[in-house]
Amino acid sequence: MAETEIKNFNINFGPQHPAAHGVLRMVLEMDGEIVDRADPHVGLLHRGTEKLIEYKTYLQAVPYFDRLDYVAPQNQEHAFALAVEKLLNIEVPPRGQYIRVLYAEIGRILNHILNIGSYAMDVGAMTPMLWSFEHREILMEFCERVCGARLHMAYFRPGGVAFDMPPGLAEDIGKWADTFPAFIDDLETLLTENRIFKQRTVDIAVVTAEQCYDWGFTGPNLRASGIAWDLRKAQPYDVYDKMDFDIPTGKFGDCYDRYLVRMYEMRESIKIIHQCLEQMPAGACKVDDQKVSPPSRGDMKKSMESLIHHFKLYTEGYHVPAGETYTAVEAPKGEFAVFLVSDGTNKPYRCKIRAPGFAHLAAMEMMSKGHMLADVVAVIGSIDIVFGEIDR
Amino acid sequence: MSFIRRSVGSVFLKELVIGMSLTLRYLFRPKVTINYPYEKGPLSPRFRGEHALRRYPNGEERCIACKLCEAICPAQAITIEAEPREDGSRRTTRYDIDMVKCIYCGFCQEACPVDAIVEGPNFEFATESREELMYDKDKLLSNGDRWETELGQRIAADTPYR
Repeated sequence: MAETEIKNFNINFGPQHPAAHGVLRMVLEMDGEIVDRADPHVGLLHRGTEKLIEYKTYLQAVPYFDRLDYVAPQNQEHAFALAVEKLLNIEVPPRGQYIRVLYAEIGRILNHILNIGSYAMDVGAMTPMLWSFEHREILMEFCERVCGARLHMAYFRPGGVAFDMPPGLAEDIGKWADTFPAFIDDLETLLTENRIFKQRTVDIAVVTAEQCYDWGFTGPNLRASGIAWDLRKAQPYDVYDKMDFDIPTGKFGDCYDRYLVRMYEMRESIKIIHQCLEQMPAGACKVDDQKVSPPSRGDMKKSMESLIHHFKLYTEGYHVPAGETYTAVEAPKGEFAVFLVSDGTNKPYRCKIRAPGFAHLAAMEMMSKGHMLADVVAVIGSIDIVFGEIDR
Repeated sequence: MSFIRRSVGSVFLKELVIGMSLTLRYLFRPKVTINYPYEKGPLSPRFRGEHALRRYPNGEERCIACKLCEAICPAQAITIEAEPREDGSRRTTRYDIDMVKCIYCGFCQEACPVDAIVEGPNFEFATESREELMYDKDKLLSNGDRWETELGQRIAADTPYR
């Protein structure tokens, strides 16, 4: 029999694949149904955010952060607000800090709930997705009530938050937080023991702690491999140091553990939300420095000085002292950080954005090598990537 | 013993049956969806929707062409041209918002010192062409006239927090 040369088959996974979570294009080299090489291509959603921010004042840069990880926008704003505050050397009043932590945790639940829903749908379970959108809707209504936008909040500003919470909102969040753990239980009933879900996820894409360090994993993906590293504990920002919560860690670092860690994190987030609501002090929610935070509308219409500040802040913006800072927050997907260089003018000189999803996507090859094509879908779901932040 | 229990559970599809019974229970719960064009979800007074240019109660337009909204707009969606009117007051001759560029951040209404440009409660302004989304001054003022009742109530409700 004549020798025939068998060539590996190349397929394009995405960018229109429904399981590709947005615009992921991955070139897979297939040996039969086994993945030999996975080559993620990025850039299809590139908008030049970092360069655009260099031409915007510090306030104008805030909405750009919403549009990075558009699943949980407030956490991105949080990093930017903290970075600018660090350079300005100002401290947000306690109420502002509590509101920010409260909404950052709402963002975490927004993210995890969507991730688990879409992840379950990718591996064949439809119901969790439909159910979780019910709670996402409730949370988005909370966002809408506090700032006016369901998703792109533009709420965490350098110096605090844009507006105080309207009356009744805290009670409604508290009521919802009481009911949410029952919903997590329902989700767990559907997924955690389910044999189909387990067959698709257990022992798929095992990542050891060593590999996590090598590939720069952060967030739930890192904790699933057994490393208890959480920036909210390791270098607390805002009022996270006053919060009592645990860091869930996994044991094996497979897709199933990543799912379990996210499930547990939502329960911890609920704990933090309850503590925030209990401890929420009264008072101002943004710094009392008219060089940074705009005066109230009432003041602006009565006092000449306030009006001048108002005009100054909305045209020129504030000048940030020269310096640089790397400020990281524990975003739902991992360590989201802003490296901000200021040259003393009213616009950032450079704003480098460290997106956790980028590092996770880079490890796709390592994680999916040797697995089946269908497992690639499970891996993508489990590492929780969103292209807004990867392509920036 | 636990091995037997596990095996029996596995053979009789225990976790699947439990899951199915849960979805069955959900089937009889009150539905959470709304019949959209006829029913709508709640909106807070802070909702940032379609823009409108407001007038004073005497019919005079509020905008004084200070161009703060044009300056703060991160998407550079607003274009304003102004010159003094015959009676000497400063007013815009052109006030365009490119609703395709707009990112609905709400900075324009925060910046406006006279509450002229506001983002109203309307979110149903889809059009069939892009040209229709290039709003000019007439369109914005007519929006303001149409929504004035709601706009006034919203501003009144939210004043203590702004």
